[in-house]
Amino acid sequence: MHKLLTDNPGQKMLLLGNEAIARGAIEAGVAFTSTYPGTPSSEISYNFFRMSKESDLYFEYSTNEKVALEVAAAAATAGVRSMCVMKHVGMNVAADALMTLAYTGVNAGMVLLTADDPFMFSSQNEQDNRYYGKLSGLPVIEPSSVEEAKAMMPYAFELSEKLGEPVIFRTTTRINHSNAIVELGNLVQRKTKGEFKKDPFSYVCVPAVSRKLHVKLLANIEKAEALSDSSPYNFIEGSGDFGVICNGVSYSYVSDAISDLGAEGKVKILRIGFSNPMPAGMIKKFVSECKKVLIVEEGEPFMEEAIKAFAQEEGLTVKIAGKAKDLFSRLYEYDPAMVRKTLAEYFGFAYNAPALIDTANTPEVPNRPPNLCAGCSHRATFYAVKKATEGMKVMIPSDIGCYTLGFLPPLSMADYVLCMGASTSTSCGFSKVTDNKVISFVGDSTFFHSGMSGLINAVFNNHDFTLVILDNRVTAMTGHQPNPGVDMKELGLDGYGQIDIESVVKALGVKHVSVIKPYNVKKSIEAIKEAVAFKGVSVIIAKEKCILYAKNLKQAKGNKFQVSDKCKNHRECLNNFACPAFYLDGDRVRINENLCTGCAVCAQLCPEKAIVPVKG
Amino acid sequence: MKNVKRLIMVAVGGQGNLLASKILGEAALAAGVPVRMSEIHGMAQRGGVVESAIVFGDAKSTIISDGEADIFLSFEPSEALRAIKKCNPNTVVITNLSPLPPFTVATGKGVYPEMETIKSVFREKTKKLIAFDATVLAKEAGNDLTVNMVLLGALIQTGVLPISADQIKEAIKARIKPQLAEINIKAFDLGFQEAAKAA
Ligand code: SF4
Ligand code: SF4
Repeated sequence: MHKLLTDNPGQKMLLLGNEAIARGAIEAGVAFTSTYPGTPSSEISYNFFRMSKESDLYFEYSTNEKVALEVAAAAATAGVRSMCVMKHVGMNVAADALMTLAYTGVNAGMVLLTADDPFMFSSQNEQDNRYYGKLSGLPVIEPSSVEEAKAMMPYAFELSEKLGEPVIFRTTTRINHSNAIVELGNLVQRKTKGEFKKDPFSYVCVPAVSRKLHVKLLANIEKAEALSDSSPYNFIEGSGDFGVICNGVSYSYVSDAISDLGAEGKVKILRIGFSNPMPAGMIKKFVSECKKVLIVEEGEPFMEEAIKAFAQEEGLTVKIAGKAKDLFSRLYEYDPAMVRKTLAEYFGFAYNAPALIDTANTPEVPNRPPNLCAGCSHRATFYAVKKATEGMKVMIPSDIGCYTLGFLPPLSMADYVLCMGASTSTSCGFSKVTDNKVISFVGDSTFFHSGMSGLINAVFNNHDFTLVILDNRVTAMTGHQPNPGVDMKELGLDGYGQIDIESVVKALGVKHVSVIKPYNVKKSIEAIKEAVAFKGVSVIIAKEKCILYAKNLKQAKGNKFQVSDKCKNHRECLNNFACPAFYLDGDRVRINENLCTGCAVCAQLCPEKAIVPVKG
Repeated sequence: MKNVKRLIMVAVGGQGNLLASKILGEAALAAGVPVRMSEIHGMAQRGGVVESAIVFGDAKSTIISDGEADIFLSFEPSEALRAIKKCNPNTVVITNLSPLPPFTVATGKGVYPEMETIKSVFREKTKKLIAFDATVLAKEAGNDLTVNMVLLGALIQTGVLPISADQIKEAIKARIKPQLAEINIKAFDLGFQEAAKAA
């Protein structure tokens, strides 16, 4: 049995934040779950996925976040508790649906989880999604720890039902990817079937209906304000003349700092766990009882702006600060030492900085950038495109996936990466206004996510570029989640459909479509040359399973390779292909047998035919 | 900072750092020691660096700031050097000496630091260095992939953490398939003995 389905209340388990979140939702009786994979949220969905195979929980990997939100919204509208999981940038995709969903509301608890990523450990920006709460008028809940992430989930579902609105559950990477000991609660019976009661004047958002619904939303926000003011997750702790207002992981740094500094009795904390709407009454009272207030929140000054406004309404002149040059930054993550130092300086506490090590004369350490895996077919495709377009002026819009790593030399295969699915649409623009041949890349999952729309645009507006769809048969980047092109039967899972990319591309009206096997270098180069010479939109589908995925499925085959004595040491392989299985042994190129996956690409591109299979 | 012990573990993707953290965490759970851990493994699968921070005792934070590690464990010598900022003059340092040069070195874009330099830097700047080739001991235990257990053995031997060898062994048995548990425990013991020699 899946460990998160354990029905043993009171048992203690060491859980990853994302597991605790999934467990919290199960304890809340969630019955319908959906997602588009994205780090740092991926493990939540993966646990739902596995549990759905062992229980009546419904889970799906949707084509994108907007679709995921829409399917979950429908379930909750029909009275079934639902949850939709995405990373912060995914919310931008879902935002269109979100804004109006706030008007229609829901009839059963619905939680929208956004996993924000301060410091951008694996993201293209560090947006603060609390503002989506403000923008849409929906409540925002923010846990400070792994334990709380679980405990707050049933609360969020109940809150959603009280208000008849979805609730935004906001985490940050440090909650998602921390582990702590969590005590299991009771499991409840899931309600998996609902009923939709027709009521067009509440659900069909034509202007006349929406005008009414906006009034309802504003009334809801007022109700939410009262709930925020009395929420057990907005609480005051400690005592003293000074006040700190904090949220999320910052709360743990503040608590540790106060005890490290021996400042108990001098500083009280107002911890905000229900942050939209902010608890106005509570904050006004707290601030009026402080001589000085410091706001500790990663990201944007979301709370700070509200708190300063509340103080103004009350006519309070106490000093309130948060983000400022010599205080906290709007950039990156906070850490315990930095919070302790800032807190000490702001309130004037004595403090001893930890003894740091002088690293001035330590030798430099070579970088260890992430790299496409040994035997990754993307590398082969990039190499073939490079060879096929030698001497041409090319411009390369790319997209979000493992293949983004192709921007590194020597392949240097990405000139512009904006967001999921943008390579096709930006190619339309670049090809129109530059003289370069535009060659763009998109992954299979990303193509389904939103790359398709750009391609449709390109065909309709008669743009001129070559799109390479890197179809590695799975969503590899986030850890091998399925997408609509995946053959689920290979995973032993029945009851799924499968979409064939080639048929889709042809049906969209692309006139030049070819499918290549990237491990066959010569044929690939020929096909790419033809596609590039075609005037108009051409598509190449480079079809080869992600080698790690193939290994997981026990489908990887192929001999290991080695460099023989025929090698003349001109290093075409190392300098232009750079499979990470290569290394220099003295001045000779060698292949690390433990890393080589036997794709045989290097053997094909060695002009001396010096790379040969290992015998035996 | 009463009763709080902070451990940083750094490794390269695939070396088993996260499993080692889980085992430490499970052992702490069984021992009734409060524990919180945080891991950063952004693109570990693609050869990146994996760092985990484990805080034992009464603290709320799950991450460890520069200079705040009581004990520091590195699965790879150059990664030890990269993360040296986490140490202070009182930190106990353990490092594997078997290098995994990053690809930048293979292509001539980086130089791998001398092993002797790495050792002398830590000897000079921290309280104690335990450095040995964990890969050799893992092989001796019967499986190259048990480097993580060898290092766990060394870690527990230092006595800095409030966890005993038996508690770790129980956690290994609970986490790892019975056929492999024995080899892993052997690896753990080899690491434990090796670190005792260094003491
Ligand atoms: S995970 Fe798969 S697709 Fe991604 S770099 Fe590795 S081999 Fe390539
Ligand atoms: S065959 Fe060559 S290119 Fe393919 S994985 Fe092995 S070394 Fe790398």
